[in-house]
Amino acid sequence: MWSNLATLTRYRGLIQSLVVRDLKARYRGSVLGFFWSFVNPLLLLSIYTFVFSYILVNDEKRTQPYSVFMFCGLLPWTWFSASLTEACGSLISGGNLIKKVLFPAEVLPIVAVLSNMVHFCLGLLILAGFMVGTGHYPNPVNLPWFPLVVLIQLIFTTAIALILSSLTVHFRDIRDLVSNLLTFWFFATPIIYFYKAENVQKLKWLFNINPFFHLSVSYQEILFFQPENPGDTFVHGHLMWLLVMGAASCLLFLLGYWLFDRLRDSFAEVV
Amino acid sequence: MTPSIELDHVTKIYRRYGGRHFATLKSALLQRSMLRDLQPQETFTALNDVSCTVAPGQTLGVIGRNGSGKSTSLKLVAGITKPTSGTVRVRGRISALIELGAGFHPEISGRENVFINGIMLGLSRREIQQRFDEIVEFAELKDFIDAPVKTYSSGMYMRLGFAVAIHVDPDVLLVDEVLAVGDEGFTHKCLDKFGEFKRRNKTILLVTHSLGLVERFCDEALWLDHGEKRAQGDPKRVIGAYMTDVERQEEQQLAAIDAKAQHESAEPASQPFAGPSDASAIQGDMMQATEGRWGSGGAHISDVLLLGEHEQSTHVFHTGEPVTIAFTVSTVKPLSDFAFGIGIFNAEGVCVYGTNTDIEEFEPDTLSGQSTVRMHIEALDLVEGTYKLDVAIHRRDGAPYDYHRLLYTFRVKSRLKDVGIYRPKHSWTFSPSIKFRLKP
Repeated sequence: MWSNLATLTRYRGLIQSLVVRDLKARYRGSVLGFFWSFVNPLLLLSIYTFVFSYILVNDEKRTQPYSVFMFCGLLPWTWFSASLTEACGSLISGGNLIKKVLFPAEVLPIVAVLSNMVHFCLGLLILAGFMVGTGHYPNPVNLPWFPLVVLIQLIFTTAIALILSSLTVHFRDIRDLVSNLLTFWFFATPIIYFYKAENVQKLKWLFNINPFFHLSVSYQEILFFQPENPGDTFVHGHLMWLLVMGAASCLLFLLGYWLFDRLRDSFAEVV
Repeated sequence: MTPSIELDHVTKIYRRYGGRHFATLKSALLQRSMLRDLQPQETFTALNDVSCTVAPGQTLGVIGRNGSGKSTSLKLVAGITKPTSGTVRVRGRISALIELGAGFHPEISGRENVFINGIMLGLSRREIQQRFDEIVEFAELKDFIDAPVKTYSSGMYMRLGFAVAIHVDPDVLLVDEVLAVGDEGFTHKCLDKFGEFKRRNKTILLVTHSLGLVERFCDEALWLDHGEKRAQGDPKRVIGAYMTDVERQEEQQLAAIDAKAQHESAEPASQPFAGPSDASAIQGDMMQATEGRWGSGGAHISDVLLLGEHEQSTHVFHTGEPVTIAFTVSTVKPLSDFAFGIGIFNAEGVCVYGTNTDIEEFEPDTLSGQSTVRMHIEALDLVEGTYKLDVAIHRRDGAPYDYHRLLYTFRVKSRLKDVGIYRPKHSWTFSPSIKFRLKP
């Protein structure tokens, strides 16, 4: 396992070109092309904004402007959920490679995660646009922590992607299971609602065991909220939880890679 | 010298998960049989204790029937699957031409696919850049390289895949039945490229059904049969042994078909057989290749045998071998009007030859009781193929007593792939100004 993990770095070039291919191929032949990367989250955002600003009116003062608040949680979630959905099927759709070419199978789920990460980064540009539009800027003191959150999410997502993709080869219905579970998970995470709301705080222990809760809250604290007391930074907010989550993600990654490595030999036969 | 490829007591057992083709997590959880289901219920031994070594610079041809483990052995050498037991050792960079263009993405251009495919096969971006023109030229796709791969014909697709794989510059090249791509010219180019590899002391493992290619091209041949190694060594010798075995198998199959026909004709001819009984109907019927048996039942043919040179019953002959068609005739009442006939048909139903004793001006006198008839053919000068035999006893006007239509099958084998039906004995002479090279 360790030697395999070490060779993973040798596949940088391969992963890189596959991600580029993925992005190119996805929009090849469509009129708007790469622009869809922007349009998709934008449309989603306007629907949510419409619903929660005009129909189910959100009168929580602290989450205004609501569109920026929601976007801070929605972007990482889209990255997470799209990665997992794609990773689940990645080994099966890449079966030809696994069966016919000497090909490091773990590259496939990793590429799924990374190409969605590129979309996430593009989405950040839209978020920046919204911030400019609404005049609501993040506290610059917190911004240096942003890459850490992204890194932890990357490790966490990759770990789950490895586990799910290798199991899906044997149990095809994981794919459907995951897409349903993700919907449930979305609403179980404070993305469209405020985690400091009274009802959420009552069930704090339940939210604390939701790993994505710590990610989405970290994003919101860094990108959206202003410190309640001047001088307060993210360090006093959710950092501890985030670090625990980071350590757990690393362990989960090792576990996921171990599982993937154990099942590796069966891929060429079962896919 | 350390071998380039080394298989050491390699066994590969594929697991078949009985009745669990489409696994569902639900059922596994519900029945709490997850662990049990993950245990193989049925196994299939694709390779059984195979050992072989290939020295650097050698070309090994792997031959065998379908399902004999050829492709499995190639996948093991390529490292795509792991052996169940035993070890596989390969020295140097491997390039496997197993499925050409396996990693091509249809939506993006040939150029981009060459790069990605090359990286998948272990080249660096710079290495591909250096070889790019060579690859495109080899694939003969200069004008189409910037078009998306989905617009390629399957031949273009294969050529590009082949070109990339061959330019990886491997130390060990694995080839699985891929020379069937492209036209004659491209195949020649591929063979030339293989030749160049050989000269540069690279090792090639070639899996193919084309025995001629193995004979011409390989230093050694390996014959696999049902996952076991039957022979390894000089290609001519191994191919000879393999061909003999294939013939033996065919002989068994034809004998089984024949046994059925014999069984049917062994039934007593007490009742007239169904079917047309007058001469004109028979004439019309000759054109239709329906097998069967009919006749008035006045006489009865049984024990139709094809005998080889040494009087042994056989179904596979080589072009030019002598054949004797022998059968037993029995009558209830003595007959005075009779003729024996035979007809040979090829697989398309074309009558290759037909004759009877009446045509050949034998005047019938009497036939009674049980007797044998033998027709000897000095040399079976037919081209390779499967042939069917008619045997009949009939009145001189054609009305049959017992007509066996296309019931017996035999096969003619030939080393030469000449075409047509009949192979007249022949020889060539050339004036001294024409020279031929001897085939190696």
